Amino acid sequence: MSWLSLSPVEFQALTLSLWVAMVSVVVSLPFATAVAYILARRRFWGHGLLNALVHLPLVLPPVVTGYLLLMAFGRRGIFGPPLEALGLQLAFTSAGAALAAAVMAFPLIVRAIRLALEAVDPKLEEAASTLGASSVKVFVFVTLPLSLPGILAGAVVGFAKALGEFGATITFVSNIPGETQTIASAIYALLQVPGQEAAVGRMIGFSILLSFGALLLSEVLARRMVRR
Amino acid sequence: MTVKLDIQLKRGGFHLDAQLSAPAGVTVIFGPSGSGKTTLLRAFAGLEPIDQGHVSIEGADMSGVPPHHRAVGYVFQEPRLLPHLTVMANLKFAQKMGRVGAGQSFNEVTDLLALRPLLERYPAALSGGEAQRVALGRALLSAPKCLCLDEPLSALDHGLKQRIFPYLERLRDQTKIPILYVTHDAAEMARLADHIVLMHAGRSVLSGPATEVLADPAAVPFLGVRAAGTVVAGRVMSPDPVTGLAVMGFDGGQLILPELAQPEGRKIRIRIAAQDIVLASEMPKGLSALNILEGVISDLHQGQGPGVMVQFKVGRTLFLARVTQYSAAQMGLVLGQRVFAIVKASAFDPAGIGT
Repeated sequence: MSWLSLSPVEFQALTLSLWVAMVSVVVSLPFATAVAYILARRRFWGHGLLNALVHLPLVLPPVVTGYLLLMAFGRRGIFGPPLEALGLQLAFTSAGAALAAAVMAFPLIVRAIRLALEAVDPKLEEAASTLGASSVKVFVFVTLPLSLPGILAGAVVGFAKALGEFGATITFVSNIPGETQTIASAIYALLQVPGQEAAVGRMIGFSILLSFGALLLSEVLARRMVRR
Repeated sequence: MTVKLDIQLKRGGFHLDAQLSAPAGVTVIFGPSGSGKTTLLRAFAGLEPIDQGHVSIEGADMSGVPPHHRAVGYVFQEPRLLPHLTVMANLKFAQKMGRVGAGQSFNEVTDLLALRPLLERYPAALSGGEAQRVALGRALLSAPKCLCLDEPLSALDHGLKQRIFPYLERLRDQTKIPILYVTHDAAEMARLADHIVLMHAGRSVLSGPATEVLADPAAVPFLGVRAAGTVVAGRVMSPDPVTGLAVMGFDGGQLILPELAQPEGRKIRIRIAAQDIVLASEMPKGLSALNILEGVISDLHQGQGPGVMVQFKVGRTLFLARVTQYSAAQMGLVLGQRVFAIVKASAFDPAGIGT
């Protein structure tokens, strides 16, 4: 079973990837829900612009997204120094890797949640308002529970996407073992060195396993939503 | 308790301009589809913004108040139960939202509407009639100062409607709040209404106590010829000694109702359609009809069609009969004339007999 045993570097990459994906989803979920709600329920000037902006990371070359993140949150970026003064350094850190993954996963999460919110019948929300529920309570007690499977599906898809993020991450936070080296960047690093086929195979195996599991889970959740 | 509405609003080409005042009891808002009944009700509940006018409940101005602060219980055409909650949680939803106040208790409402066996179920496991009863109970338990029922029976088949009517009648007799009831079904209106507001093309054209509006020949164009007819309120008497058939006594006389199945002494109301009454200028003889009433013509109204609406009084009770212009001329019908009204037995639809 020696071919299955992980080297410390590989193990670090695996756990870091899981941590980065988890943090990026947990942090972006409330924002994604808010943006999805605004896109699904409100009509305002600039609706199309916001929609395009949210979806931009999906179509932009990831290296461009990574570069823009560097411009914004790098040590000499716009928000970098003030954040650093608060003790939060993003460039070349694992927190930065989570940010890059979150930005890349954001459009997918928003999409899934928006679909779920649009599937909630506004007539039910109206009925709840006649029963004394303010708009905040309507959201908490009616809209949210009814769209929960979709929100979870969005989280799972976002998790899978964050897990595999490569381009923006390596541009923004580089490829530092133990700090920013995720599964994807570890595979990239291993491929640069001859004779690492076994390690590459293991990492690819994990990648496929995690992504496939996440997709299956999101499919199950989506189906549960349809059954409602 | 009284609610007052004075609402003007525009939606595209549609213009709503309606006023009404509803005391405790059932006020039926009647009119054809597209006459603005539902919009009026929605505007009252705060679900539809209004351009001008005001809404007041018990004298308190509610015009700018959002729906969750209006305390208007609303039952929609479809039940709109929250699918992720049990019947119990649906019924207690308003309470959870902080709506508490004087009103019927949970037990009273579940008894009134026979909801006890349904409490643990989810809405998906309810039949149409059950779901609508839960919706009614949920609205009652929201501590409402007024209840809006927007064609609550329209999605149900005839048999289910008949089973829900007794609940609505009990509700009408037990609550002391105004109930605004929208319908385009004349039988439903006749059975439940204490007061009637007639809507036509976005306007409230006629309103008043149910017996008066239904007996008003001027209301016929808005009701439609088929829906025209009066409501006679009375009490179940002892059976007719000759025929053994059930008898209903009213202010001015008696009617034999073959299909009446209510206990003696019970207050009932029946609807008699104008087209089910035949008039004679002399006491008819040798007829199969059981009911012949003697009355005096109190109003005559010639519409656009070939018919004439004749309002006549038997004692203090008003009736409407529809005859052709030709017959009216032949009989020389004039105000104050004595007439004999033959009421066909088929006029008494057992489904139209209310309590």
